[in-house]
Amino acid sequence: MALVEIRDVHKTFQRDTQRIEVFTDLTLDIAEGSFTALMGPSGSGKSTLLNLVAGLDKPTSGTVRVAGAEVSAMTAGQLAPWRARHIGFVFQQLNLLPVLTAYQNVELPLLLTRLSRKERDERIRIALGVVGLEDRLDHFPRQLSGGQEQRVAIARAIVADPTLVLLDEPTGQLDARSSQDVLGLLGRLNDEFRKTIIMVTHDARAADQAKTVLHLEKGVLVERQAIAGGATS
Amino acid sequence: MKFLRLVLANLGRHKLRTLLTTASVALALFLFATLRTVVTTLESAAQFGSARRLVTTNATGIVFVLPLAYANKLRAVPGVEAVTWANWFGGRYGDGKRFFAQVAVDPESYLAMYPEISLPEDQKQAFLRERSSAIVGRRLLDVFGWRLGQDVTIQGTIFSGDWTFTIRGVYTPTDPVINDDMLLFRHDYLEERIGRPGIAGWYVLRIDKPDNAAVVAKTIDDQFRNSSSPSKTGTEQAFNASFATMWGNVSLLMGTIGMAVVFAILLVSANAMMMNARERTGEVAVLKTIGFSDRRLFGLVMLEAGVMTITGAVIGLGGAKLLYKATNFNAAGFLPGFDVTTRTLMIGAGVALLLMLGSGLVPAVRAARLPVVQALRRVE
Repeated sequence: MALVEIRDVHKTFQRDTQRIEVFTDLTLDIAEGSFTALMGPSGSGKSTLLNLVAGLDKPTSGTVRVAGAEVSAMTAGQLAPWRARHIGFVFQQLNLLPVLTAYQNVELPLLLTRLSRKERDERIRIALGVVGLEDRLDHFPRQLSGGQEQRVAIARAIVADPTLVLLDEPTGQLDARSSQDVLGLLGRLNDEFRKTIIMVTHDARAADQAKTVLHLEKGVLVERQAIAGGATS
Repeated sequence: MKFLRLVLANLGRHKLRTLLTTASVALALFLFATLRTVVTTLESAAQFGSARRLVTTNATGIVFVLPLAYANKLRAVPGVEAVTWANWFGGRYGDGKRFFAQVAVDPESYLAMYPEISLPEDQKQAFLRERSSAIVGRRLLDVFGWRLGQDVTIQGTIFSGDWTFTIRGVYTPTDPVINDDMLLFRHDYLEERIGRPGIAGWYVLRIDKPDNAAVVAKTIDDQFRNSSSPSKTGTEQAFNASFATMWGNVSLLMGTIGMAVVFAILLVSANAMMMNARERTGEVAVLKTIGFSDRRLFGLVMLEAGVMTITGAVIGLGGAKLLYKATNFNAAGFLPGFDVTTRTLMIGAGVALLLMLGSGLVPAVRAARLPVVQALRRVE
């Protein structure tokens, strides 16, 4: 069953006097419980696609549906609570608020819920436990390594139990060992916790962790590749 | 409440900047409260005066005296119930750095005319008995560390020579507008020392009915119109107000300075808040992706501005209120009853609210309207 349905999406940007066409007629489905890597050269539309799915951007025409809700038709007022409930987002960098501890950063999505302080505390400790940072609760981002920062960002992305976890180049700034840790963690989230994950990456080794790889070129889906043994290592 | 920690964490990001911005708001509101209190104190002084008291001065000007012989003539005017008189002395005490007023008064009639000057009965009797005695306000006694029975020598400037008075009483005003920073001594002692010229600086009259003020004043001034010392009579309130107008349009001046200060601080605060917001463009974008709505982000930025301005307001306005109260400030007697009023505090709170809106609104709107995709692209 498709969790994400993209239908006839057309997306253009206006940059100064130049009109840039990102997608001309994109249609694709992403299944629930899948781990999908989006690959392609710069400017192929990977991040734009991620933004459309998260409701951070709107298509020029066409529809984007996530878990049955037409994201592309929502107003800004509807999108904020929808994102809080359904989307966990991890960026390549600048994920964490430097003035908050790891614990407080992970707590941010829960501040938008009706959970009590005790319930929030339980969830934060579980999320940080899942990413293996239960002993770094009171550390500020500057006191963490790049890999640990990304793991805190992932804990924040999953703490509210979202429908979909989106990652934009999550290993782009990490060394090989930290990348492997983060990718292993994403695999576990998909395998053990059945999280649907969409990850934009340039890194073929990172993409190998996914179960499906979608190749985009100039806004066109050129290849859908199933990875044998993805997300099990 | 659960978002307060986020707000406080953001304020703690640049502690020095936050401290300086809050301090500038506090200083602005302290100055505002001070300048406005100068205005309200002058206004209360100008409005002070019993409706049943008139003041008669020399029509040429207050620095010119009137004959002491007018006292009996004034008493005879229909509608006048009581008369007293006084003379400005204008001496200096010690090095003269601490100014205070010295006034020669006719003791019995003066104290009867001003029930607002409260003096213990035994001290009053001592003042009435002893020609070289004086009574002083409580504040003056405290400032110089004087005590009852002490001799105090004042150097005369209008009436030359050294003048020694024995402090026989300490008065307390029942109305804060009455100066408790004065030395009152006996007019007959002044007369005696300067060779009995028979002069009075001004007269104060109590009339039977406030409605008769205009008629009584006209009768008095008509009576002395063709004499060598024509008089000018008016209500005590008008007399006090004339002193206030001698300062020029102080209200306008103080108000303008106060508003200019507040406006300058507004620009400083707004600039600091906008710098804060600009530096956090990426973080605002991250918060939006997490699900923070535009409205909530607007509220959080406004709350930051609110925490700073409210803290500044509490320190500035509260500080002004407590400081002037604790030090019993009265600008060396020029501003008796100097006290930051509740109304000034309320207006100050209103100014703080405007400061909050003025400094927080632009960054809050910017945060709320921030296009998240563009912001993320800019950061990356």
